[in-house]
Amino acid sequence: MSRYIATRALRGANLIVKEFDAQLQKALAELGPDKEVQFTNTAYYLPTILGYTGMSVETIGGLKPVLDHCRGLLHSPPENRTWLPYLGETLDAGVATLLAEEGIMAIRFANGQEPQRMPGLELTGTSAPSDTGYMNGPIDDIQLRSWGIQLVDGRMPGFAAIIGKAKTNEAAVEIVRQLQRRNILIFLSGNVNGRSIIHQLMEEGVEMGYDTYIVPFGLDTISTVYPMGFATRSALTFGGMKGGQTREILLYNKYRVFAFALALGEVDDLKYATAAGAITYGFPVIADTVIPEIRPTGITQYEHVISMPWDDIEGQTDAEKAARFVQQAIEVRGVKIKITEVPVPVPYGSAFEGERVRKADMRVEFGGKYSRCFEYLRMVGLDDVEDHKIEVIGPGFEDVEEGGAIDLGILVEVAGRKMQEDFEPVLERQIHYFINGASGIQHIGQRDIAWIRISKGATDKGFDLKHFGEILYARFHGDFGAIVDKVQVKLITEPELHAEWLEKARTAFDYRNQRLAEMTDEAVGEFYSCTLCQSFAPDHICVVSPERLGLCGAYNWLDCKASFQINPTGPNQPIPKGNAIDAWTGVFDNVNEFVQQGSHGAVDTVTMYSIMEYPMTSCGCFECIMMILPMCNGFMIVSREDPSMTPAGMTFSTLAGMAGGGLQTPGVLGIGKYFIISNKFIRADGGLKRIVWMSSFLKETMAEELKEAAIRAGDPDLIDKIADERVATTEDEVLAFLEESGHPALTMEPLM
Amino acid sequence: MSKYVSVTADPAVEQLLEVAHEKGIETAFDRAEYIKPCPIGSDGVCCKICAMGPCRLVGKVKTGICGATVDTVVARNLGRQIAAGAAAHSDHGRDMALALLAVAEGEAPDYRVRDIGKLVEVATFLGISVEGRETNDIAKDVAEAALAQFGQQRGTLKYLERAPRKRQQIWKDLGIAPRGIDREVVETLHRTHIGNDQDAEHILDHGLRTALSDGWGGSMLSTDITDILFGTPVPLTSEVNMGCLEEDEVNIIVHGHEPLLSELILMACQDPEMIEYAKTKGAKGINLTGICCTANETLMRQGVRSAGNFLSQELAIATGAVEAMVVDIQCIMQALVGVAEHYHTKLITTSRKAKITGATHIEFDEHKAFEIAKRIVKEGIDNFPNRGKAEKVYIPNVSAPLVAGFSHEYLRYMQGGYYRGSFRPLNDAVMTGRIRGVAGVVGCNNPRTPHDYTHNYVVQELIKNDVLVVQTGCSAISVAKLGLLGPEALDHAGPGLREVCEAIGIPPVLHLGSCVDNTRILTVASQMATEGGLGDDIGDLPAVGLAPEWMSEKALSIGAYFVASGVYVIFGTKNPIAGSEEVQRLISEGWESKVGGKLEFILDPEEMVQKTLEHIDLKRAELGLPEYDPDRFGQSGDAPLEAFFAVPPEERNLYSRKAYVSGD
Repeated sequence: MSRYIATRALRGANLIVKEFDAQLQKALAELGPDKEVQFTNTAYYLPTILGYTGMSVETIGGLKPVLDHCRGLLHSPPENRTWLPYLGETLDAGVATLLAEEGIMAIRFANGQEPQRMPGLELTGTSAPSDTGYMNGPIDDIQLRSWGIQLVDGRMPGFAAIIGKAKTNEAAVEIVRQLQRRNILIFLSGNVNGRSIIHQLMEEGVEMGYDTYIVPFGLDTISTVYPMGFATRSALTFGGMKGGQTREILLYNKYRVFAFALALGEVDDLKYATAAGAITYGFPVIADTVIPEIRPTGITQYEHVISMPWDDIEGQTDAEKAARFVQQAIEVRGVKIKITEVPVPVPYGSAFEGERVRKADMRVEFGGKYSRCFEYLRMVGLDDVEDHKIEVIGPGFEDVEEGGAIDLGILVEVAGRKMQEDFEPVLERQIHYFINGASGIQHIGQRDIAWIRISKGATDKGFDLKHFGEILYARFHGDFGAIVDKVQVKLITEPELHAEWLEKARTAFDYRNQRLAEMTDEAVGEFYSCTLCQSFAPDHICVVSPERLGLCGAYNWLDCKASFQINPTGPNQPIPKGNAIDAWTGVFDNVNEFVQQGSHGAVDTVTMYSIMEYPMTSCGCFECIMMILPMCNGFMIVSREDPSMTPAGMTFSTLAGMAGGGLQTPGVLGIGKYFIISNKFIRADGGLKRIVWMSSFLKETMAEELKEAAIRAGDPDLIDKIADERVATTEDEVLAFLEESGHPALTMEPLM
Repeated sequence: MSKYVSVTADPAVEQLLEVAHEKGIETAFDRAEYIKPCPIGSDGVCCKICAMGPCRLVGKVKTGICGATVDTVVARNLGRQIAAGAAAHSDHGRDMALALLAVAEGEAPDYRVRDIGKLVEVATFLGISVEGRETNDIAKDVAEAALAQFGQQRGTLKYLERAPRKRQQIWKDLGIAPRGIDREVVETLHRTHIGNDQDAEHILDHGLRTALSDGWGGSMLSTDITDILFGTPVPLTSEVNMGCLEEDEVNIIVHGHEPLLSELILMACQDPEMIEYAKTKGAKGINLTGICCTANETLMRQGVRSAGNFLSQELAIATGAVEAMVVDIQCIMQALVGVAEHYHTKLITTSRKAKITGATHIEFDEHKAFEIAKRIVKEGIDNFPNRGKAEKVYIPNVSAPLVAGFSHEYLRYMQGGYYRGSFRPLNDAVMTGRIRGVAGVVGCNNPRTPHDYTHNYVVQELIKNDVLVVQTGCSAISVAKLGLLGPEALDHAGPGLREVCEAIGIPPVLHLGSCVDNTRILTVASQMATEGGLGDDIGDLPAVGLAPEWMSEKALSIGAYFVASGVYVIFGTKNPIAGSEEVQRLISEGWESKVGGKLEFILDPEEMVQKTLEHIDLKRAELGLPEYDPDRFGQSGDAPLEAFFAVPPEERNLYSRKAYVSGD
């Protein structure tokens, strides 16, 4: 601290706790102590309060002990002379501030005042009740988990909580763009004299929402508690911690969650107080104004508070200043971020992956209803590739009418000494992410059903067909340099050649399908470990086999194999299966040994194909959770997209608390959704026929695959016999449905 | 300029020496002039252990009558001094444990357990169950467990487990882990009896063991139990020096080492009935101040002001403004009786263990403690009308503010608060080189060297060189008088240290308590070693212990237990083992090779500072830390923004620092 900051923070803390007190008394009088309080779709009650105090607050009355706790953490500001030490006191007051702020938010929820209304704001992806006219409100557990894998594997380095207002609108846009380029989540709150960065970004037409990594929470400083709740839940969700394990939760954040606060514009007492709370998580604060700096380290890993007055930052333009500002923030947090420079005339980064190009904004499209678009990556000899050769074969889209469509084929040819044919689909799958990273470009689908749109905005900036080649060239070298030595790209619009290559591609796709079908657990000698999540879930380890992909859905056996080639000491290590101890349930001696070591002794046996016996553990980023329904003699599968109540009496979020954190719980299993259609899917427990309830989301998005799997299981109508949330939300209702539909599980041998 | 400026660095003492001189009152300063130290005893070569002697091992005499060599004699003398110091500290600790037992058994109704949290923590450490038990039941078990440590005959002391593992192993391997507190002291006396242990190295190694029974035994228990009974200190502001005496109030000074009575005297001084009584005697109120370590105990916990340190004791009476000086144990000069005779001051002895001829003895009894305290305060009040009758009153207008109360618990808290408290920030600061190292500067006063001068010089130099200083005892009071224990003293600190102090809000010099509380430094050092980044043992830390103006046997025990804990310790003033080259080698190189720490007597203040910095830099290098660079840090904090804060908020340019900070 500095005495100046301590003084302001302690003043702010005392005021906000008073405010919390006043609002709580009012709420107790008007709403009563039994009135429920809860945040949107979370299993973690009021998460910051839960994390710090272990209190599971569910009612207004439950906030009373929180207020008492806040008071106990307050102190007076330091004297002008012979002052007493203030660092510990200020940090405690910062905690009191966060607790009070979350308490106030809870009361606002109870009053229907949260998420805050914001006329004119449109969000692409949000937890708010509607995607127009609302701030986001707290991020729900579903979104937290779906970001989970990116947070743990480093694709998303962390989050920046921006509080206040940038010096100019241009500065606001540039700061946000710089963060997006680095795939850093951006949380917005606060204002300076009524103006917020949220206003600034709205005025500049910056797309906000989960899909662009920009989440606006509110115009007040109090809303900053939502990012802190997000941080707390990261520790609870992925770190396997429980509420009240405060020190562990805070240190988890210090060492694993790379977050920082950017204080833009004048810093008032409440902002200082809130910043003090953020510092307890190890999150540093970087201001664009003149404030005292705190450079000695300790609570945070590097400097605690840095001041970079905007006018003093080197650079002619706001863009140059923003780049330096953001770079400094990242250095203070100690995040190592590798940026692959992609030479295209539009902003580029994963944050733009979720952007949509609406028909009205579209310049041209490839694929979809009116044209055909395919993408095909193949391995060729080193001598057959001229590195960085990018050819557009056929006409460009200059002559295509606005909003029109033409055929396009993207042929990527790679060569490398370590390249293997098996890696072709692994690399090809990346084309979707790589192309989507360009702002103003939308990519959907893969193989011969790819569909790409280019916006008018992007073409105005000069985006052309050859830029697809530049993107792919830069990213394949950047991300897969260990296996790819040379890359050349052909962008084919010439009709005859297009038809010819489409045919060749389809032949290759058929061949690959065939090969994938042959690739069974029995046919390979080794599985792969995946410990990507161990930075987050220290005792969890995934075992990935050809027929069982990682529970996050993002890593299958081939991905792991390629990853091992790229980084032989990385998170994916080959595990020679060794001897089968029980081939049917899938127990292998070497796998057990590996899991014992990898889980640091927490788990000594896992089965690959059973949920009832020694099931595999989960980190927390699973796509689906399975749980036993004892009365129904089967299992339910809830997907993380499904917020509704399940027959287990818990929502996905609550169930996730049981399934995550590296715990081995028979009858509970986190899985990747494609495991459901595998031939090895809980084979030891009866396979697909044991599924008695399934989120309708899964039924709909995987309709074709599930149908095939049902046929393989010998019951072509099986999927229709499985209940979902539309017909049953209690176990009794499921049972009734099963009896009516004649579900096979009812006649199978008892599970328990 | 007064001639006394050469004998004291304290202007208040200097002025009062003038006063005393005018009145023909003799003080320790005068006696130090005309009593030359015995040259033989001074070097440690006088052996008077048996009646065949005393043998003076000087000149051609190489052995005593029994044949004991110079090395044996010097080692035996040092061993006995360490044992006497350890006995004094530990016996103080025993009394604290007995007091806790009396409180727990309801026999000391004026006391209670004030720090239940610490009681639970200590009980848990001692393996005493706390779940669902009454406070006094736990306290009883803690007191009994503590008392058992004194009489324990086998095994090793429980508190050794607070040291880093590596350190415990060193003690075990060397066979110097103390078994029981009393046992080691008794064994030293036995070993040094005529015709017994006659190998200098062997005697000295047991000296370490005896000292350990003090530092990681009696003293550490004493600190813990005192915290349990009177509260674990947290920072508070107070004031030091003679200016704390009040012209128009009853001045009562507590002096000595124990807080048991003085805490209740404070209560009595605050008692409205007593204050009313004082008013009937013409006083505006009752002013309690302290001297020596009783002062430190009440300063640390209650903010009671301190009138001075060991060499201030006679001069405080020479103000003519002291109605009663109430003393308990240790470091109380018999000369006080003579000085008090010149004034109306009543010297009141209170301890069963310390009676002084000519003083009023009112024996303290914890069973009716408050009653006795009130009686003592009443004596003082009744004496107020006698002030100024015979002698003029002169209170030097000299005082300095300070912040005290740095318990090791608070040191942890202040570096992160309730949820994030640790030693990480301090360790980080040492690792980066913002803080070059840490020095414990402790110990007494000694009129053989200018009063307070060396304490002040050493501490000033160290903080200027970015060394964080922790203090106890009379040394702390010395430096407090200079103002360096207040946060404003940051101007005297080096830039890196200043930056860290400003981040936490602390002065560059931290007051950790009385001389018994040196164990807090051991606990802090252990926690720093286990926090990570600075090795894994106390001996790995870039830290040095200094006692620049030592005089008591307790100081030697403290020095020895720091050495045994791995610390390089420098003593000033005089060398009590100058008579044996071999013993000097054994306690420096010899001990260093065994326990990592060494004891050296260095009389030149500049050399003390130089050796301290050299050692710190050596330890930094051994840890692989960056070389200390005074110009590297110091950019952050409030100080660089003074020009900015001087501008009214509405006129500030928030977006540019250049206008306010030169050279930015």
